[in-house]
Amino acid sequence: MGKLTLEELKKLRESKQKEMSLRDTSDKNVHIIIGMGTCGIAAGAKDAYSAFVDELAAHNLGNVTVKQTGCMGLCHAEPTVEVIMPEMPRIIYGNVNAQVARDIVRKHVLGKILVNDHVFDRPAIDIVEGGGN
Amino acid sequence: MNFKQYILVCGGTGCESSKSDEIYRNLLSAAESKDVKSDVQILKTGCFGLCEKGPIVKVLPDESFYVHVKPEDATEIIEEHVIKGREVKRLLYDTSDSKANKAMENLDFYQKQFRIVLRNCGVINPEDIDEYIARDGYAALSKVLSEMTPDDVIAELKISGLRGRGGAGFPTWLKWNLTKEVESDQKYVVCNADEGDPGAYMDRSTLEGDPHSLIEAMAIAAYTIGADYGYIYIRAEYPLAINRLKIAMEQARGYGLLGKDILGSGFNFDLEIRLGAGAFVCGEETALIASLEGERGMPRPRPPFPSVKGVFGKPTVINNVETWANVPVILHKGGKWFASIGTEDSKGTKVFALTGKINNSGLVEVPMGTTLREIVYDIGGGIKDGKKFKAVQTGGPSGGVITADYIDTPIDYASLQKLGSIMGSGGMIIMDEDDCMVDVAKFYLDFTVDESCGKCAPCRVGGKTMLHLLEGITKGKGTMDDIEKMKKIALGMSKASLCGLGQTAPNPVLSTLRYFEDEYLAHIQEKRCPAGKCKDLTVYEIISDKCIGCGLCARRCPVSCISGEKRQPHVIDQEKCIKCGECYSVCKFEAVSKK
Ligand SMILES: Cc1cc2nc3c(=O)[nH]c(=O)nc-3n(C[C@H](O)[C@H](O)[C@H](O)COP(=O)(O)O)c2cc1C
Ligand code: SF4
Ligand code: SF4
Ligand code: SF4
Repeated sequence: MGKLTLEELKKLRESKQKEMSLRDTSDKNVHIIIGMGTCGIAAGAKDAYSAFVDELAAHNLGNVTVKQTGCMGLCHAEPTVEVIMPEMPRIIYGNVNAQVARDIVRKHVLGKILVNDHVFDRPAIDIVEGGGN
Repeated sequence: MNFKQYILVCGGTGCESSKSDEIYRNLLSAAESKDVKSDVQILKTGCFGLCEKGPIVKVLPDESFYVHVKPEDATEIIEEHVIKGREVKRLLYDTSDSKANKAMENLDFYQKQFRIVLRNCGVINPEDIDEYIARDGYAALSKVLSEMTPDDVIAELKISGLRGRGGAGFPTWLKWNLTKEVESDQKYVVCNADEGDPGAYMDRSTLEGDPHSLIEAMAIAAYTIGADYGYIYIRAEYPLAINRLKIAMEQARGYGLLGKDILGSGFNFDLEIRLGAGAFVCGEETALIASLEGERGMPRPRPPFPSVKGVFGKPTVINNVETWANVPVILHKGGKWFASIGTEDSKGTKVFALTGKINNSGLVEVPMGTTLREIVYDIGGGIKDGKKFKAVQTGGPSGGVITADYIDTPIDYASLQKLGSIMGSGGMIIMDEDDCMVDVAKFYLDFTVDESCGKCAPCRVGGKTMLHLLEGITKGKGTMDDIEKMKKIALGMSKASLCGLGQTAPNPVLSTLRYFEDEYLAHIQEKRCPAGKCKDLTVYEIISDKCIGCGLCARRCPVSCISGEKRQPHVIDQEKCIKCGECYSVCKFEAVSKK
């Protein structure tokens, strides 16, 4: 897309919002979001990232996206990962090393069981209404 | 298999973790005996904070938040909540005392954190402009360019009450208005992302997690004051932040949100990144400007202020990263909304980097007026290893300590200043009984002396002299005169130094002297460091009654200065001992004393 006008920016926002809220029905309906700030990377977020990619490929899971985000603020529990998927509550996992990443794919994504001892609480509520995921 | 509910039991170290273990087991067996094992998954989780209300149990997807849960409540939670689908009302957290609720009246939540600055951090992909846009990104810029005059923007900012987050707390609307009122052919906007305080990383995280909010805010300021160019001054040690900023700027240019005729409004604005070498003094605005211009990063006398004569002598608005990150939200949601959060003189939120002896170290954002107790215990999960809270250091090398007696102080600009500290940029270092306050003062002074640019004598000479005196005290060579001397030098430095670095450098010393004079006296009169931190004053000794002569300490001592026969009390050769503390920590019989 090239330079936007006011109207086009508004339209883009609406369509992106819709896209994000329609996630459940699109073919990519599982989202794994990894905290990749300096603290997350220092704690091994890149290892977790590759473990996710490997494990997803090993199970032929084409409906899962893995993406990065900034720091969630839980520096004591880095790397942190959020998993969003249908029929499951949104979950934040902390201290996710490569092994835990594989567990998340096998247990959470495939088995619909949460991974014990690694669930963390969302630190704050969201002030942005309806926007994003 | 698919569970209908999930019960999360707080397994943090802050609350009574033994109890939470018992709760966890009781829940498991209750679920088993009631035959709902396949309906509900029971898990242990990381610390929720709010440890004074622990143990805590949360049920998903209902988001029910139970506090002060006892092991015997497990059956009721399973019977009522899981089987009958009814919340156990008596265990629910009462949200009526939460500060942040003021702004979110209809929302029932227990979190003490309230994210404006960090709204997108940990939510969006910072390398995808579309995700920022989906979360109302660039909506404020659209509104400003299409519906608001520069005066409208200033008025909205004034209503919001936003004050600078870089340290001094200057009203942002006033700074913008001063710059706007100056006539000039060229003006600039600058982002101060130098972030030099030891222990601070709020700005880095904000830039890494949400770079577009900075770009949007700077464009709004440029429109308001009549500028068409901006600089982001960032330290070269932040490569990830720099990279994300570059990507964000590229994407914004692609959409025409930077460049010529933005959103068809006729307004032009573009940005450039300038790397700093990471000198603390370059965070000071006049030194930053000098460095931006390619000069040595040394402060210049003010006035003239940057609003009149800034970058290349042109009127310049310079704000801190966190200040900038608030701007799009204020213009999108309105100044009134923003002003409803916080206290009378301090509006909105503040981000802190919580480090030191705290269980849940991390980045926290709280409404102004939140107390230190809430940050340390409700969010931070309390002090590590069950030790005693001693003090918190805020404001970095320009700040001071706040002691346990003042832990219920609401955090706002005025209250912190009254206690002899400052809000600063947001470093918050938690200290426990093992921290020596003379040593803390020495650490900060050592830092500022090291970072002094040397341009003016009060800072260059005064700082060194004071550090010398402090070092003497920590070595047991201090005299009572030294305290008076330090106070005198401090006064001189604060009055006569050219820039904030020298003016505020004595603060950590003055502040620790004010609250912990007894510790200084112990070092000077008794030649003793009560916290056992100052090596020269610490003596390790083996208590012969307790020593069983296992020889472990002797094997571990790096300088082999412990001797003794097998099964006989050992002794330390004090002459050779380097006070590493190894013997003290390895002895299993508490036979090594530390004094
Ligand atoms: C020694 C010294 C270091 C400073 N370092 C920083 C810094 O790292 N980041 C920052 O934003 N402000 C820093 N400041 C404050 C700036 O001079 C200036 O007040 C600030 O950038 C203004 O932005 P604000 O109004 O948004 O707070 C420092 C000041 C002094 C005296
Ligand atoms: S106060 Fe210190 S840092 Fe500031 S100009 Fe003087 S010597 Fe340089
Ligand atoms: S480790 Fe303790 S008990 Fe063993 S020799 Fe050393 S002081 Fe004695
Ligand atoms: S403090 Fe260190 S150097 Fe001294 S006796 Fe103990 S182990 Fe040896």
